[in-house]
Amino acid sequence: MTFHHLTFTVNGQAQAVLVEPRQTLLDVLRGPLNLRGAHRGCDSGDCGACTVMLNGQPVTACLVLALDCQDAQVLTVEAVADGPVMHAVQQALVDKGGIQCGFCTPGMVMAAVALLNENPRPSEPQVRRALAGNLCRCTGYQKIVEAVLVAAEMSA
Amino acid sequence: MQPFEYYAPHSLPEALTVLADYGGAARVIAGGTDLLLKLKAGRIAPPAVVNLKRLPALRGQTVNSHVTLGALTTLTDLHASPQLRARLPSVAAAAGTMASVQIRNLATLGGNLCNAAPSADLAPILIALEAVGLIAGPQGEREAPLEDFFTGPGQTALLPGELLTAVRIAPAAGPSTYLKLAPRACMDIAVVGVGLALQLEGERCRRARIVLGAVGPTPRRARRAEDVLLGERLTPERIAQAADLAAEAAQPIDDVRGSAWYRRRMVTTLTRRGLLALAEAA
Repeated sequence: MTFHHLTFTVNGQAQAVLVEPRQTLLDVLRGPLNLRGAHRGCDSGDCGACTVMLNGQPVTACLVLALDCQDAQVLTVEAVADGPVMHAVQQALVDKGGIQCGFCTPGMVMAAVALLNENPRPSEPQVRRALAGNLCRCTGYQKIVEAVLVAAEMSA
Repeated sequence: MQPFEYYAPHSLPEALTVLADYGGAARVIAGGTDLLLKLKAGRIAPPAVVNLKRLPALRGQTVNSHVTLGALTTLTDLHASPQLRARLPSVAAAAGTMASVQIRNLATLGGNLCNAAPSADLAPILIALEAVGLIAGPQGEREAPLEDFFTGPGQTALLPGELLTAVRIAPAAGPSTYLKLAPRACMDIAVVGVGLALQLEGERCRRARIVLGAVGPTPRRARRAEDVLLGERLTPERIAQAADLAAEAAQPIDDVRGSAWYRRRMVTTLTRRGLLALAEAA
């Protein structure tokens, strides 16, 4: 069992961590980096609760080996708001009632932000497809989808 | 997971050396979306994992007379690249039927093929397009038609220490499409997958490829169905005949996603729908 030095950027800050090869990006974020916004739902890439940006693209952190993030740029939900000002997606989720237990919410926020970064005026089917990798057991998705559409409108 | 050593070679010779050193016991990782699941479930316990993502030889796409796709081409690249959508629309569409945005950003062409699930969505359409796998190994480079690449569930024609480096596709001589039957619009493995490619001359079919996925231990051509189309006009009756023959080429099993009986019926349905759509578009 060999430990390796991992250096990468998380939320704009350089990080250096000693990592064992089996650790995933999710393990490192929630562990040594104490960024617990990314949630461990299924730990197998199905639920999306651990969604973060890796080099600008949304991925499920539970399936990414930490060592594979050498020199990478990672963005987590903790960096989505602008200080005290919520991102349009976050504000809209609050306003539209798109949050119940909140477990899926960080992943939904990341997936929605990724969508709007790429497609600022998505249709409803496009929103649903972009969120297809994010499961929610509480809301039935309707309010989440509406929130993303409202956020798009607010940001346009 | 059992502990493993981790390597991230920067050149193909370096990667091949590491793999040779482990005598075939090391596993390679590209997107990791299949490998991580197997590691976490304890289904595999390799002594080493070799990260392929820093190998320039596996990256990139070349588009000239042929399209050559590096094995590290992600499903997102395949689905969203304007150039690939234009040159390989049916492959781009097939990639879009897979998983989710998050998984597609990680998962790769090479990984999907080398993981060799019977239901791999890129296999039927690439076989229908007569794609060729480019392979590098300790003995040098070789090529293998993808039609011969799959040897069993989870098994490929790669010899120990070999890597799939790219897939090359000749210009399509006609229309092609991939149809996938799955309960949900995303995130589901195919219950049945059908890759179709036709070469039409006037109203007649000059060449046909009908390739079935998820209905046998490997993707397979439905040759008798293909043969019945050759030289013929693609009338609804002829198409129906081919669709029935396609079902006979299927060797499905009962599993949680569907019964063998249902899958066989759906091979007919998907083949018929696909052929009708291609005939109409022509």
